Amino acid sequence: MNTKKWIALLAACLTVSWVSQAQEMPQFRWENFTTKNGLPDNHVFCVLVDGDRVWAGTENGLGLYEKGSWTTFRPKDGLAHQAVLSLAVDERTGDLWIGTMGGLSRLSAGRFDTYTQLNSGLSNDIVYGVGVQGDFLWAATAAGASRLNTRTSQWALFNERNTPMYEIWTYAVSPAEDKVYYAVWGGGILEYDTQTQRWKDYNDPDGETEMVLMKDQGLIHEITTSVSYVDKILWIATYFGASRYDGRYWHNFLTKDSGLPSNFINQVKAIDGNRAWFSTDKGLAYYDGTNWAVYRPSLDKHQPEMFVRDAEGKVTNISVQTAPAHNYTLGVSLQGNDIWVATAEGLSHGIRMPDISASANVAARAKGQQILEGTKP
Amino acid sequence: MTLLLNTSSHIRAAAKVLPVVGVLLAGILMKPSSTLANTELERYLSPIEMALSLDGSKLYVICEGTNEVRIVDTSSRTLTARVPVGRQPRGIALSPDGTRLYVSNSTDDTVTEIDTVTLVAVRTLPTGFEPTGVITDRSGKTLYVANRLSDDISVIDLTSGQETKRLLAGHGASYLVISPDGKQIYCTHIYPNQGRYRTQPRSEITVIDTARQVVIERKQLHNVAGVFHGAISADGRLDVVAQLRPKNLIPLAHVEHGSVFGDSLTLFGSDIGGIVQIPLDELDRYYALPWGVIIAPDKSKIFVTTAGADSVTVIDIQQLQKSLRSHRQSFVNDLSASADYVVGRIPVGANPRGMVISNDGKRLYVANRLDDSISVIDTAGSRVTQTIDLGGPRTINALRRGERLFYSAGKSFQGQFGCANCHIDATIDGLEWDLEPDGFGKDIVDNRLLEDLAGTEPFKWNGGNPDLPTECGPRTEKFFFRSQSFNQNQLTDLVTFVFSLPYRRNRYRLLNGELTPAQERGKTVFERTKYKDGRTIPQTNRCAYCHSGSKYTNRQQFDVGTGKSTDRSPLIDVPQLMNVVDSPPYLHDGSARSLEEIWTVFNSKDTHGVSNDLTKDELNDLIEYLKTL
Repeated sequence: MNTKKWIALLAACLTVSWVSQAQEMPQFRWENFTTKNGLPDNHVFCVLVDGDRVWAGTENGLGLYEKGSWTTFRPKDGLAHQAVLSLAVDERTGDLWIGTMGGLSRLSAGRFDTYTQLNSGLSNDIVYGVGVQGDFLWAATAAGASRLNTRTSQWALFNERNTPMYEIWTYAVSPAEDKVYYAVWGGGILEYDTQTQRWKDYNDPDGETEMVLMKDQGLIHEITTSVSYVDKILWIATYFGASRYDGRYWHNFLTKDSGLPSNFINQVKAIDGNRAWFSTDKGLAYYDGTNWAVYRPSLDKHQPEMFVRDAEGKVTNISVQTAPAHNYTLGVSLQGNDIWVATAEGLSHGIRMPDISASANVAARAKGQQILEGTKP
Repeated sequence: MTLLLNTSSHIRAAAKVLPVVGVLLAGILMKPSSTLANTELERYLSPIEMALSLDGSKLYVICEGTNEVRIVDTSSRTLTARVPVGRQPRGIALSPDGTRLYVSNSTDDTVTEIDTVTLVAVRTLPTGFEPTGVITDRSGKTLYVANRLSDDISVIDLTSGQETKRLLAGHGASYLVISPDGKQIYCTHIYPNQGRYRTQPRSEITVIDTARQVVIERKQLHNVAGVFHGAISADGRLDVVAQLRPKNLIPLAHVEHGSVFGDSLTLFGSDIGGIVQIPLDELDRYYALPWGVIIAPDKSKIFVTTAGADSVTVIDIQQLQKSLRSHRQSFVNDLSASADYVVGRIPVGANPRGMVISNDGKRLYVANRLDDSISVIDTAGSRVTQTIDLGGPRTINALRRGERLFYSAGKSFQGQFGCANCHIDATIDGLEWDLEPDGFGKDIVDNRLLEDLAGTEPFKWNGGNPDLPTECGPRTEKFFFRSQSFNQNQLTDLVTFVFSLPYRRNRYRLLNGELTPAQERGKTVFERTKYKDGRTIPQTNRCAYCHSGSKYTNRQQFDVGTGKSTDRSPLIDVPQLMNVVDSPPYLHDGSARSLEEIWTVFNSKDTHGVSNDLTKDELNDLIEYLKTL
């Protein structure tokens, strides 16, 4: 084999490597829903996949997408308030819990039951987050955390009086069997241990500056917006970057040292301990543990855009024909290989494209082999 | 006049003593059966529900009064065995293979599993609050239990004995029926779901998908409150539930127009199309409290026990379908319609409840709850062929006589309703009523619990009735029944029974009787004498002043600012608070839909106790304490 062939082989291998890294990140064909095709409102605060059904919480009603069409629920139907901020489904019963700007609703086989600060023990009517943990419903409200025992109808409130909650504006909740985590706006992260029934907070390590000063020393910032606890790994979104915590070590993500398109993050949705989706004000980002992908309409011309950043910081643009409805993304929910995205201008359905990296690899390898062997196609 | 005075004073004197008697009797009734060897014989059985063995040879009868299952040989029609279960059993089901019986124990919040061969209780399964109806799925692997007080349905894995989930039901979940293909279970409810104040009541039939074990539908029953048993035809095409249609939004002045309760059925299923309600009553005669319902195996007839009329109503299904086809609009209020399809009214024992029918459909067994007997009906001839004595006490005492009066509609005009229509199973009905004949919307009243009433006098929302004989006597006769009066002995019996109604086990107290930290904090709020800023709360505006004593009432009347412009007086009698958690809605007129609303909506000026200086946590604590009373 002569030198030219070796160089050609090396080039082919590098090409294969770049192509595969970029192409192995999930690609989607985006279908966008707005009021024009049935969505209750274009301002979508949250989305939740429930089997074949998709729920969209909007500024003006709860939308249900089922069998190709939308149904809208509003206060006249029994919903607590038209502005729907958060959604959670009880996998065991199929009941949907709905956090709104006017209370908490439970939708069970078509019946709405509503809990407000006036008619129940709910601490506040602005319910930013909801989560189901067995028989408990956890709510993140503008006045602390509320927990409803659905078997006994007993409420427990958690706030500055009985937890290390410096602020009571709770933004999100992520319950699991062993722990419950709250993202507290200006108060970091609160952890509830279901065994000991004790609370613990994660905040700025020095306790003074609201944000971490030394990289990976602790939580990136106290103004947390979202938390996702999966496989005993804690993922946290803030308006100033993101954090990952494995119980011992912190790892923080900023635009300057990761593929995040923005440090202003509305939601983090973890898939497992290594992979997560980030909904930011400048697009939707996916992190696979090494590489990042961003999906959005371009910020200037609003043209569909996808780019991938690898571990070395190399950015590769991927040619795409579609993009989510808007840069400003507020949350995601996964449906098999597909993804649904709540944005400021509609709801987006990302339909996973066939994995083209495999075929690209085969083609590139075949080309390299041809070069290596000196054979003709 | 002298006689009348003597009679009244006699009753009033009795009323002073009867509470004590009632409490004693209630105490006896509440003791565990193992310690009652001498007194057990005197306890009435109160057979309430039944199950038939697969071969039809055995009738399993649950006896609410003696906490047992009595087994009757259907050939010899004699009692063959007794199996003790938990307290106040109320529901029974046989496993699909016939080897297990499941009995709900409504006081214990458990289900007893009985081996039908050895007749031994082999397991006790925990449930929600006040379990009532029970049923297994077709595989026999999953048990469903309707919990009346917690408004939900326990789903129990019979392999592990663990409750795997709790499904949200309607208010007062009570009775379950499974479709012939086993795919769906229906749950009915003795109370309506809570709606907006002074709107037509609405109940639901909760539909469970047994494959996924989730609720998939809630069939809406408009203008319906109490719903009792349901039945499904063998071909799965006809569904029926027995129900009450209360007319609580109009004054009770219209008793003579039949405007209090409509005893009726709801029909649905593919034979019907949509949901149709039909009347059971006649133009001048009512058949109160339709409770049990069965469809004959050949789908020729529907049988309905009318618990307040001591009878079984028989409906010819062919004639019913013909009648349905002839009506284009709802005819549930047309009392002439029942003549088209009701083909029999079979007198049975007192307060008939559950029924079972033999596999060949020839014999119908009816549990006569207040007669301790089973009526055997020849379905072809529509007549009682035999009454099986279950072996209860031979003598009928004042308690039993009073109980029969309480559950009977016989005293009211045309047999329209009895005490138990509003006090369903001696509790409440979840409704607000316009009882006074003073025009529409005046003096609206909520329904209170009757538990442990002795020492809570006076009665009525404004304290207008000084004692129970007054409450149950002339007032009932004049305002409610518009018909035959109780004589003094009957009134004494009725009062004796009402005073005997015990305090139900409170579900929010810890088993050791202690309070949780939140409940303790709530107790402190309840008993406080000072505002949070240190000022002294006027005595009459303290919770513990008005709601004092063992029954949490000082038996006086106060203006607490909750009176309405439509009330004749702003003075409200201080209500007792025992088990107040179980009787929503609240306030004298039921305008507060939850305990919280008493203070968050109706106490803006701190006239009903001081609550406006409380944090939400503290108000929650107060309510957690109130739930323990």
